[in-house]
Amino acid sequence: MSQQGRILRLAERERPEIRFHLDGQMVIALAGDTLLTAVLTAAHSLRRSEFGPEGRAGFCLMGACQDCWIWQEGGPRLRACSTMVADGMRLLTQEPEAWP
Amino acid sequence: MAMKQPNAPHIAIVGAGPAGIRAAETLVAAGLHPMVIDEGARAGGQIFRRPPEWFARTGSELYGPEAGKAAALHSLFDQMTAAGQLTHRPSTSVVGLRDGRLHLLGPDGPESVAYSKLILATGASDRVAPIPGWQSAGVFTLGAAQIALKAQGVALGRSIVLVGSGPLLTLVGAQLVKAGARVEAVLDTATWRDQAHGFVALLSRPGLVLRGLSLRAALGRRYRAGITPERIETNERGPVAFLWSDMRGRRHCTPCDTVVMGWHLRAETHLAALAGCVFDYSESWSQWLPRMNALGRAGDGVYLAGDGFRLLGADGAEVTGRLAAAACLQDLGLPSPAIEADLVELARLERFSAGLARAFPWPSRLVRKHADCTVICRCENVTAGAIRAAAIRGGGDANRTKSLSRLGMGRCQGRYCELAGAEVIADATGCQPSDVGRLRVQAPIRPVPIGAYVGDMRQPDDKYPNRP
Repeated sequence: MSQQGRILRLAERERPEIRFHLDGQMVIALAGDTLLTAVLTAAHSLRRSEFGPEGRAGFCLMGACQDCWIWQEGGPRLRACSTMVADGMRLLTQEPEAWP
Repeated sequence: MAMKQPNAPHIAIVGAGPAGIRAAETLVAAGLHPMVIDEGARAGGQIFRRPPEWFARTGSELYGPEAGKAAALHSLFDQMTAAGQLTHRPSTSVVGLRDGRLHLLGPDGPESVAYSKLILATGASDRVAPIPGWQSAGVFTLGAAQIALKAQGVALGRSIVLVGSGPLLTLVGAQLVKAGARVEAVLDTATWRDQAHGFVALLSRPGLVLRGLSLRAALGRRYRAGITPERIETNERGPVAFLWSDMRGRRHCTPCDTVVMGWHLRAETHLAALAGCVFDYSESWSQWLPRMNALGRAGDGVYLAGDGFRLLGADGAEVTGRLAAAACLQDLGLPSPAIEADLVELARLERFSAGLARAFPWPSRLVRKHADCTVICRCENVTAGAIRAAAIRGGGDANRTKSLSRLGMGRCQGRYCELAGAEVIADATGCQPSDVGRLRVQAPIRPVPIGAYVGDMRQPDDKYPNRP
C-alpha cells in the first residue's frame, strides 16, 4: 500500500481491500474507511481552498465544519468524513473542468 | 413492546449520544415511542463513537476506563431499536425546523416530520482559537484526532503537535501516544496558576482528577503548561513546524506535519436558536448558551440536554438527558420518574465543570492580539484586519460585521469563527464579546444540495420545506 499520504494506520489493518480512483490513479483502501481516511492515506489534501493557495484536508471530522467536501468525476460532491469509500469510486482533489 | 399509537405525542430527539440515548430510555419507559435523529451511522455520539461493525478493537481498547459506560449506552440503544420501541434515523441531519415540523436530510433524501415535543441533544464541537497558518491542510481539531483514532484506527499525521487547553488536550494526547502515534508536544495555553485556581472545584470529582493527572504523567516532558502559540509554519503539503514560546518567553520550534487544536468545547446551538430559545452570554464559558430551567425546559415544548447546552461531559449528558425527558413527561401530564438523585448529581457535575472552565480558560487575549493578516474565518480566509475594519464600520455588532466581512457566512456557518470573531470585534470597538451579540442562525443549518429539493419530495403536501 502507498505510504505517501498524510494519514497513518495504527490499528484495524485486517480488513478487505477496496479499490477506487483518485485523480485517475488506482488507490487501495480498506472496507470501512471513510473517504477522508481512504484519500489521505494516499494524498495530503482532499481539495484546494477556494479562498487561498492552500489545500484542505478536513478539520472536525464530525460533520460540523464542512471543510472535507471532495469532488467526483461524475455526480455530487461528497462529505469525506462521513461517507464510506466504495469499490470503483472516482474521486478528484481538483474541481472537474466541466464545472461551471 | 410499546406500539406507536395514532394519537400519541410525536416526540423527536435530535442526537444519539449519551444525552439522547438516556432521554429515549426515559420516554420508552413511560410507554412513548420517540423518533431519534442522528448524524452518526451508529448511535453513541462523539465521545462514545462506534467504528463500523466489522472492526476488531475491543471496548476497552476504544474507550479505556469508560468502556463499561459505552457498552451500556450502546446496548441499551440497540435493544430499544430492535424491540421497535423507538424510530432511529441514522446518518440524518436536521437542516431546519418550523411550525412544528423538522426538516430532515438523510440517505434517502429530504423528509419532513411533525413533532409535538422536541428534545435537543445536539452535543458540542471543539472551541478553537485561530493560530497563524491554521487554514492549511493538516490542521485539525482535538475531537477530529480522537474520532480518527476511535472510528478509523488512524493517526491524522506522522508527527503531531497538540495545542489548546482543557481535559481533551491531555486525553487525546495520551490516547494518541498509547495507540502508537508520534506526538511531538502537548502545549497547554493554561498556566499552572490557572490550573491551581480551578483545582478546589475539580476535587468534586477526585477520580477524574487522578485520571487526568496520570494521563498527564504518561505524556511526560511532551506536556508544557502556560505556552503562547506563535504560528504554524507550512509548505504546500501542510505544517512543517509549530512555533511557540514558553512561560519565560523563550521561543521554540517543534517540527511536525500535523497540528491538532482545541480549547474545551463550543455548544452546538443552531437548532436551539431556530426553535426560538433565548440566549445569554456565559462569562465562564465565553460563549452564548440557551436559557433554560434546571431540567432543561427552554421554551414551549423544547427541552435541552447534554453538552449542547451545559458543558458537563458525557456523565452530565446522561443526567441531563434523563432530566429533559422527565420535564417532557411532566408537561404531557404523564407519570415521570423521580429526579431528585439526578438533580443532586447535576449540582456536583456543575461544580466540577465550573472548575474546568477556570482551570483551562479561553485564551481571549491571544485571539485579540492577532496581526491583521491572521485568518480568523477558516472557511473563507477572512482575516483579523478585514474583521476589524468591518467591526468599526458596523458599530461593533456581530451581524453587521458579518454582512460587511463575510465572517460567519462560510460553510461552517460560524461554528469555528464566531467566538474568535467576537473577541476581535470587541477589541476593535472597545466593548465586550457579550455586547457584540450572537450571529443570527438561518436554515438550512447544514449545507444541502439544491438537487435534494428539486423533484419529488416524500410528502407531496410539503414540497419545499424551508427552501434555502
